[in-house]
Amino acid sequence: MIDKIASFGRSGIDLVISIGRAGRFLGGVLSGVPRPVTGFPLLLKQLYSVGVLSLAIIVVSGLFIGMVLGLQGYTILSDFGSEAAIGQMIALTLVRELGPVVTALLFAGRAGSALTAEIGLMKATEQLSSMEMMGVDPLRRVIAPRLWAGFIAMPVLAIIFSMVGIWGGMLVGVEWLGVFEGSYWGNMQASVDFRDDVINGVIKSVVFGFVCAWIAVYQGYDCVPTSAGISSATTKTVVYSSLAVLGLDFVLTAVMFGNF
Amino acid sequence: MTQRTTDIAVGLFMLAGLAALLFLALQVSGLSPKSAKSTYTVYADFNDTGGITPRGRVSMAGVTVGSIDSITLNKETFQARVAMSIHGEVDNIPADSAAVIRTSGLLGEQYIDISIGGDMDSLKPGDTFYATQSAMNIERLISNFASGK
Repeated sequence: MIDKIASFGRSGIDLVISIGRAGRFLGGVLSGVPRPVTGFPLLLKQLYSVGVLSLAIIVVSGLFIGMVLGLQGYTILSDFGSEAAIGQMIALTLVRELGPVVTALLFAGRAGSALTAEIGLMKATEQLSSMEMMGVDPLRRVIAPRLWAGFIAMPVLAIIFSMVGIWGGMLVGVEWLGVFEGSYWGNMQASVDFRDDVINGVIKSVVFGFVCAWIAVYQGYDCVPTSAGISSATTKTVVYSSLAVLGLDFVLTAVMFGNF
Repeated sequence: MTQRTTDIAVGLFMLAGLAALLFLALQVSGLSPKSAKSTYTVYADFNDTGGITPRGRVSMAGVTVGSIDSITLNKETFQARVAMSIHGEVDNIPADSAAVIRTSGLLGEQYIDISIGGDMDSLKPGDTFYATQSAMNIERLISNFASGK
């Protein structure tokens, strides 16, 4: 009985310790001022692998989500004879919620897990410690470019996702189901506000990008350097990122659109 | 993969993001460069504002000529004071015009319609509408009808 209580307490303490380590780790990464000349090519390389290579999955999912929204929205709205509002519904759903959130979930699965596995394997094969031996700071050389790349790539991916989704919704709603094109765009423009909807969506995706990249690189850097450790760190990255994104989304939505 | 190809790919990626943001701004939210044009503020006192909200539409003959800024309660008269900004080029609204709250369609959103008066003078910035007509309240209409008043 006592043992159980003790282990319960220990897991609580472990949780606090790991949050503290994650915070200290973030401080260490951000306090190293990136060197503009040598750091920039490293950042570009990571932007390529994190951002450009994620583009395919983002565009395809955006297209299908937009098309599904068009189909579902049409079915529901046509019951009320207001299928002209479909553009407004698709645009607001995508720009405010689905764009940032689905992009972040896909990003955690596609790029976050890869970051964790890569850094974890570097740790397991002692590349990180040999860098330290050579006087190269692995936080600055390996971790910082990956963190910044995730932070920069996520908003760009989310904006592209929303745009493709709105186009996909038009494909279904206008081309296929015959909603008048003028009312599709007109209703959308009348109800979507640039500052309140588009910019708030971008702010959301910036926050998600930061959180996802942070969790991914921290899990890789902090993993147990064995094959089992890397696999559990990769799983944790996806699980924690998804939970953090969905939880933060609720908080951000309440602050941005809550009206209280 | 040479450094050059990576650079080009990342450059195209960022440009695609910028183009998508531009698309969202211009095509989706209808943000136009001239939306920052000059406006002036006029006021109207209503007995009942119904469902109008800030950022709502102010129109004249069906054409949007401005938007609602704020809705506050006047504690002296217990009326709602609505501030609206009218586009600067519409500077000849007759001074005896009335502000009317209307509903677009049967269940649509409510907006303020300016019905034109005949005065030769026009409303100046800071002026208050001479006459207003409050939101039509269907429940009140029905209860008045039912009680025969």
